Amino acid sequence: MNKIVIENLSLQYSDGTESLRNVSMEIPANAITVLFGPAGGGKSTLLRCLNRLNDLADVEVVDGKVIIDGENILDPKTDVIALRRKVGMVFARPVVLPMSIRANLTYGLELAGEKRRSKLDEAVERSLKLAAIWDEVKDRLDDPAIALSGGQQQRLCLARALALQPEIILLDEPTSGLDPLSTGKVEAALQELKKDYTIILVPHSVQQAGRTADYAAFFLQGELVEYGEGSVIFTAPKDKRTEDYITGRFG
Amino acid sequence: MEKSLNWREFVITRAIKASGYSAIVFVLLIFVFLMREGLPALGEVEAGNLLSIRWYPIEEMFGILPLITGSIIVTIGAALIAVPFGIGTAVFISEIAPRWVREILKPLVELLGGLPSVVLGFLGILVLSPFLRVFLDLPTGLTAFTGSLLLGGIAVPTVVSVAEDALDAVPRAYREGAWALGATRWQTIWRVTLPAARSGVLTAVMLGIGRAIGETMTVMMVTGNAPVLALKLGSLFSPVRTMTATIAAEMGEVANGSTHYHVLFFIGIVLFLISLGVNIAASSVVFRAKKRAERILS
Repeated sequence: MNKIVIENLSLQYSDGTESLRNVSMEIPANAITVLFGPAGGGKSTLLRCLNRLNDLADVEVVDGKVIIDGENILDPKTDVIALRRKVGMVFARPVVLPMSIRANLTYGLELAGEKRRSKLDEAVERSLKLAAIWDEVKDRLDDPAIALSGGQQQRLCLARALALQPEIILLDEPTSGLDPLSTGKVEAALQELKKDYTIILVPHSVQQAGRTADYAAFFLQGELVEYGEGSVIFTAPKDKRTEDYITGRFG
Repeated sequence: MEKSLNWREFVITRAIKASGYSAIVFVLLIFVFLMREGLPALGEVEAGNLLSIRWYPIEEMFGILPLITGSIIVTIGAALIAVPFGIGTAVFISEIAPRWVREILKPLVELLGGLPSVVLGFLGILVLSPFLRVFLDLPTGLTAFTGSLLLGGIAVPTVVSVAEDALDAVPRAYREGAWALGATRWQTIWRVTLPAARSGVLTAVMLGIGRAIGETMTVMMVTGNAPVLALKLGSLFSPVRTMTATIAAEMGEVANGSTHYHVLFFIGIVLFLISLGVNIAASSVVFRAKKRAERILS
């Protein structure tokens, strides 16, 4: 089942340079789809298109549609706030808020107007378990979140996105600042999460792309070069450029 | 070669040190001078007289309370105008305005900050005060309120400029984090950006208030200069006289070394203490905020 359908999407920066060129792809639910390629290829821009975070940067949509659950979210009439609750996002650098672990998790829900204590507590436990960090922090939920290690902070940010019960999770190089052990924990959590969520990941290395991808899309200078099942792309790519990149001949 | 380098190092370090220390020396000298000229007033004028509500130096009446309340009421009025307006403008420039508006607004505001206060006073006398007299149906347009409005206007650019810098320094990641959690623009500004920039915004407020309390020319021109005790809310719409205006207006006429002369310097000491108090209050709040952040990090 296709959760997200991108049709002929072209984006450009306000100074006229092209960011994405005529990209079309279908992203299935309950799988990890990886967007990879050298820097400046438009991966992050595409990711930020899916929760309309680009609205606030100097990127404009030239043409095309992004359809989530049958609705074109690029339509100006879309409720962007509701969209962002449905499409959660985790950034490269964990942005923990300067408050307690618990408050970090309930923040998004409180913004959405949830006040009932029982609901909030339930969301805290559920999302921390999903992000595979519950055992590490359950005894110190009221400690400041900044005291956590980098890897824990990143999983806390994942949990914070999950607390809003999104349907889609976008991850922009979520492990670029983490050690291999923490990276492994985050990747393991993602493998669990894909049973219930649609996950789109921009990895920080080809290796991570290969490890995690159910589906993979290779971007080069704004162009979608190749898209298909991860097992195929990383073993027998059809396009010469994809092969060159995967085998480390450039990038 | 090496020797000449050492020698240059020596001269430059000493020069920098000297200029650093000289700032402290100057402040101390000013302080000593102020004390030497002002403190004799306490011996020459009885405390009861000094704390009375009549300022009439020719008759040896040196009640400075009306001047203090005059300064306070005008400053509070100015702060009530400058703080919300200034922070609002800063938020607009840094968070809401499109880029081209920001590029026009920011230099414009800074230009406004460089406007000589006497020009604003002129505007106040010719435009604002006649308007207020008619509009509010007052006997005179030269009131504390007129002064507050103008002083607020003078303090706004200071507040805007400093607060906008503080907001601008908040990492973009904070905002994006909030947006990605489904925060509205207003929630992001109110619950993430402003708290993150808190210490800078507070500094902006204090600098603005400092600017207002020390301002002389404008208030002298538009507040009517009547040394009347201003305690009621209604005093806002009657003439007052501030400490700064009193010093500026009377210092030129006074006999060097007379009681009146010493009392004017004593007013200077009070003014100095008030702005010192404001500064200490501001830095202690900023310091406390920093302490808290350090505690969290440790």
